[in-house]
Amino acid sequence: MVLCKANCGNKAILKRPKTGDALCKECFFTAFECEIHETITKGQLFKSGDKVAIGASGGKDSTVLAYVLKLLNERYKYNLKIVLLSIDEGITGYRDDSLETVKKNRDDYGMELKILSYEELYGWTMDKVVSVIGKTNNCTFCGVFRRQALDRGAKMLEVDCVATGHNADDIAETVLMNILRGDMVRLRRCTKIKTHSNEDAIPRVKPLKYTYEKEIVMYAHFKKLVYFSTECIFAPNAYRGHARMFLKDLEKIRPSVIMDIIHSGEQIQFKENIKKPVLDICQTCGFVSSCQPCKACVLLEGLNRGLPKLGIGKKSKGERMIAQQNLERIHRVKNDF
Amino acid sequence: MEIKLDFGGGAEVLFDNIKKRDLTLDSSKKWTIRTFLQYMKENLLTDREELFLQGECVRPGILVLINDTDWELLGELDYEIQPNDNISFISTLHGG
Ligand SMILES: [Zn+2]
Ligand SMILES: [Zn+2]
Repeated sequence: MVLCKANCGNKAILKRPKTGDALCKECFFTAFECEIHETITKGQLFKSGDKVAIGASGGKDSTVLAYVLKLLNERYKYNLKIVLLSIDEGITGYRDDSLETVKKNRDDYGMELKILSYEELYGWTMDKVVSVIGKTNNCTFCGVFRRQALDRGAKMLEVDCVATGHNADDIAETVLMNILRGDMVRLRRCTKIKTHSNEDAIPRVKPLKYTYEKEIVMYAHFKKLVYFSTECIFAPNAYRGHARMFLKDLEKIRPSVIMDIIHSGEQIQFKENIKKPVLDICQTCGFVSSCQPCKACVLLEGLNRGLPKLGIGKKSKGERMIAQQNLERIHRVKNDF
Repeated sequence: MEIKLDFGGGAEVLFDNIKKRDLTLDSSKKWTIRTFLQYMKENLLTDREELFLQGECVRPGILVLINDTDWELLGELDYEIQPNDNISFISTLHGG
């Protein structure tokens, strides 16, 4: 039997991946919660009186985030009003079930819940998108739509910021992916604990940025928190899957690799001549975007025109597709007479 | 030898979606987690092997607990299974 490193006399129940320490259940809870509190205070994620929306998917990360944020808010008197914001992508058999979990969080934690659906925002459910686009590019649609849906939901709820459940493993994985893709703009942004896209936009914060996935799952297990755990039923992102398994393999040999990669991401110096996107407001929908019209509007136009591949390739290719379709329409009108 | 087995975090989908099982293992031989994983592979696993195992070990990202204690504190594959042990497999790889 291994005893708790904190000399409390209790039996250790877990080996922390971050430090290698063996801790008992109570000391683990304390360490886990204190570290998140420290992340929140050091990063100045909130200010007293803020209304905070938690991007709640019903999965392990956002379930633990909702639980811990409520607890810390009471313990340390953050004076936050916390609400849950969920996006219903309209994926039968997947989102239906996870939304039940979010509703349980709402009842257990006594928080207001707003569910926004792709159907009401865009007129398209993911089931319908997949029926026209197939299962190869649907994650592009889902990702672009979700990002904007959270912004829209945050605006409707009139919150001061949106907290998401991204954990240390997720961020290390994203750093790695952005390096592999050469995406310096996203690389620069992905390690930020607080992102403001511009003055008007509602900031996003990541209170679990330095929290390991293993500890989140262990915390949920020992606290008996109920969460939903099924992969999206549509094609998983194979590239991200490889990056994830690569990291997990490395972590087995050297657990600090997660923190090390995040640290590398934070410390990389960018040349000033790297093109930074100028964030602006989409003239079509009025939400923040780095291009005109925004990606969500382009994808949506493609779906509505019956050219679902429109927003997926290069912009020039999309413009040719629209020009071609407009030309065909003119011909059709002419021939009708 | 009677033991209890349970799955969580989505690992159950690899085992016919059954979350809890009671098992009786042949008491005439010594069981370690290493030999038990082989037993699971041959008798209980219903989905692709590579989603659960990597070599003779569980795939990284699947947590193992023995009587609610992290197997990393108990010798991992070499842990010798005792009567009435409760062994849990929890996936961290599903959903987020
Ligand atoms: Zn202790
Ligand atoms: Zn737009």
